[in-house]
Amino acid sequence: MSATPNAPAASPAPKTNRLGLPKADYEGAKSTLCLGCGHDVITKQIINAFYAMGVEPHKVAKFSGIGCSSKTPAYFLNRAWGFNGVHGRMPSAATGALVANPTLHGIGVSGDGDTASIGIGQFVHLVRRNLPLVYIIEDNGVYGLTKGQFSATADLGAKQKGGAINDFIPIDCCSLAIELGGTFVARSFSGDMKQLQTILEAAIAHRGTSVIDVISPCVTFNDHEGSTKSYKYSKEHETPVHEIGFVPFFEETLAEIPAGDTKDVSFPDGSQLRFRGVGRDYDPTDRERALKAIHESHARQEILTGILYVDPSKKDLSALLGTTGEPLTNLPLDALRPSRQALDEIMESLR
Amino acid sequence: MSSVLTETSSRAGASSEVVANDFSLQVATANGSGSQTANSVLMRSIFRMGVPVSGKNLFPSNIQGLPTWFTIRANRDGYIARKRDLDVLVCMNPETANDDVRDVRAGAYVVYEKKLGLENPGKKRDDVTYYAVPFSELVVKITSAPEHAKLRKLIVNMIYVGVLADLMGIEPAEIEKAVAKQLKGKPKAVDLNVSAVKVGLEYAAKSFPVKIPFRVERMNATEGKVIVEGNTASALGCVFGGATVCAWYPITPSSSLCEAFIDFCDHLRVDPATKKKNVAVIQAEDEIASIGMVLGAGWAGARSFTSTSGPGISLMSEYIGLGYYAEIPAVIFDIQRTGPSTGLPTRTMQGDLLLCYFSSHGDSKHPLLFPASPEECFTMAQQAFDLAEQLQTPVFVMSDLDLGMNNWMADPFPYPTEPLHRGKVLDAASIEKVKDTWGRYKDVDGDGIPYRTLPGTPNAYAAYLTRGSGHDENAQYSEKPQDYVNNVNRLVRKFETARTMVPKPEIQERPGARAGLLAYGTSHYGTTEARDKLATTFGVTLDYCRLRSLPLAAEAVNWMRLHERIYVVEQNRDGQLVTILRDELPELATRFVSIRQYNGLPLDATTVVDGVLNDAPASRAGRSDAQKGGLDA
Repeated sequence: MSATPNAPAASPAPKTNRLGLPKADYEGAKSTLCLGCGHDVITKQIINAFYAMGVEPHKVAKFSGIGCSSKTPAYFLNRAWGFNGVHGRMPSAATGALVANPTLHGIGVSGDGDTASIGIGQFVHLVRRNLPLVYIIEDNGVYGLTKGQFSATADLGAKQKGGAINDFIPIDCCSLAIELGGTFVARSFSGDMKQLQTILEAAIAHRGTSVIDVISPCVTFNDHEGSTKSYKYSKEHETPVHEIGFVPFFEETLAEIPAGDTKDVSFPDGSQLRFRGVGRDYDPTDRERALKAIHESHARQEILTGILYVDPSKKDLSALLGTTGEPLTNLPLDALRPSRQALDEIMESLR
Repeated sequence: MSSVLTETSSRAGASSEVVANDFSLQVATANGSGSQTANSVLMRSIFRMGVPVSGKNLFPSNIQGLPTWFTIRANRDGYIARKRDLDVLVCMNPETANDDVRDVRAGAYVVYEKKLGLENPGKKRDDVTYYAVPFSELVVKITSAPEHAKLRKLIVNMIYVGVLADLMGIEPAEIEKAVAKQLKGKPKAVDLNVSAVKVGLEYAAKSFPVKIPFRVERMNATEGKVIVEGNTASALGCVFGGATVCAWYPITPSSSLCEAFIDFCDHLRVDPATKKKNVAVIQAEDEIASIGMVLGAGWAGARSFTSTSGPGISLMSEYIGLGYYAEIPAVIFDIQRTGPSTGLPTRTMQGDLLLCYFSSHGDSKHPLLFPASPEECFTMAQQAFDLAEQLQTPVFVMSDLDLGMNNWMADPFPYPTEPLHRGKVLDAASIEKVKDTWGRYKDVDGDGIPYRTLPGTPNAYAAYLTRGSGHDENAQYSEKPQDYVNNVNRLVRKFETARTMVPKPEIQERPGARAGLLAYGTSHYGTTEARDKLATTFGVTLDYCRLRSLPLAAEAVNWMRLHERIYVVEQNRDGQLVTILRDELPELATRFVSIRQYNGLPLDATTVVDGVLNDAPASRAGRSDAQKGGLDA
């Protein structure tokens, strides 16, 4: 990149966020995914969301497993930390890191194979523990990196590129997460950039696990006629359950959606979500009805999107463990090593 | 295999010559019957009379009703290995009584529940001495109160403690103290148990004029010592070693390590002001998650550990490889049990050496530490955290069921005086000085150990992406052949550095010895006892090297070079250490003679004595031209 060394002072100052950082500070390496991959759109919205939320990049820890989706942490927030774990087991690495240092903002990027097949066990327990982590499933119904095999989220009757039909019931990671007591469960579509960014911003504000299943078409292996995860199919079947407005704690008003016939949800830090129904009555704080709506959507072949369920009041993992909330990584020796007298007393008790 | 050695340490036979402080006693009960308390009291009473003692619990993988044996060995000379032959047997379990009696040596003494009728015609052995005690009748006397009826099954065990006290000369006052300690001073329970002991004492005093000649006599060899399980000692080592994250999945025989850690942390790691914990313990969904959490925490900069056994290591293997290749500190306690597969989950083994040394696919190697005592469990736990952080790699502490779950005499643990060695970590100010010349995987110092930064470090140059995939020295993704080779060759240099940092062997020499015994971990006890027996009884003089770690320290290699014949003693079928030694020291390959025991029981000295004596006499003399003591470590 060449810069003009003697640029006139009149050139406009770059736009910055509340920390005074330009968006470039939130960008990453160039993507090596296929041209038109839905994942790249998600990457862009992650950059936008962290920039908009004004999170310090060095306080962010990025996690991923294995697969196309799991390559993406290299493509955003270069100045953040990354941990590319083993296939399907990213949640455990994230759990260890974020328990060790709860002052980090965690974001995990996984795929449908990485989460719903090999990683279903760790996914389930991540949700149960309510670890503060934005957990994105880049969901395209196929294994991209191994060239197009069905994953466990492939819909019944979906057609593989080579013509094979999926005969197995799909796993719906959103209804599963709600069933497991998930405190923030959303679904979006990489073709719906505005909704996705809003969901991501709210997820960053949430102290708990935010599960975001993003339908993200694979342009190479699952974008054909007969696929139920193609751009065309997803656009035709996406059914937002509401409009979402989000105001982070550092901003004042919710201009986008005026009050009235709306549902507000507040986060402990003062951030606020506002929902306005679109053509249906949907309450994202009602667990049973959310599950029912998702189940019914399957029969109607709708892809329900939005924040399907949210409850910011639940304790996160550090609170559940009773830890200090401060990093456990650099405690002074006297906080870590008990006194000589303490050891003597223990020895005496063993005589 | 026939034993070349007849047991010589049992100095009493069918004759009633009194033998003081030298016997092996076994109590056979059913598990879940509460015999643990009685057995611990018995062991502690002997310990408090100053007699060196060990207690080994042989238990089933079951909660209630299956046979359990508890073996106590008391020995005035300090030999506390398991002894193959039993001198005294207590039969409380109808299921196993016949087999139990069949298996004791001729001249043994058998105390039994009278109802079992072990002296009935056709059952009685002529070469053992019987003491029939109506335990089930005696227990009714002291548990006549209705609220005590359901305690009979537990209390009856304390009666055999009383019977043995009389028959073997254990001081009742010490038993009372041990009961009070065991029951943590709960007055009602103490009273009831002490009265059961008295019932046993009185019954034996009046019924058996001829006592068992194996006697406990007060001596002074346990002064200042403690009784502790290895897992408790390891847990304490983790506390004093500064561990702040523990992730684990329950598995016998390792669970008690993490449970002890939780108990210690409940009072030692609570902030007095806020009452919040400065430690996080997570019970994971499986061992894969345990190691993932440990590595995540280690990457973030916490001292983190897990405790597991062989099946858990098998599951963890993929992530262990990431820890090795991405260079993340982690401490893994492997409390080994009998494999393969589920194996004998409640029996001991040293069967995971190869599994752990080379754990994971591709070329990978890991430092292993071999504690042989509770003291070493305590100190090596701390060393393991230092090594893991200094070397930026997973480090294994190789304990086993025998060490981890059994009660051991130990010297009080030394208070650590060293600071925590946290390795090459660059903070924001240090990074600011080097800026973009820093590379996560650059070998700046030539020791193979790069510099790392911790997440959250406030400097724009500090961050990097950790990955298990190929990377160059700046932590960027790379599939270039030269980047890969450079990286894995540096890991070899790092392993060479590890060789200079791991615990050195313990070496014992005797004048004139040219052959030697080599053992590690709990094989120490049977091996050293055998070494003495070989010298005193068979005139075979051997040196001894107790290996305390892998990779091999130079001192261990030098010792091996100086001995023409080396008996490598271990508790596995395939001679796993010998396999490693022959691979790493091919020029010495023919010197190693493998002596192995792999029946799930702790190693006994007889196995080692037989193993050495089965070797040709000329070989065991160790005809070596090398001069001992001439080489510098």
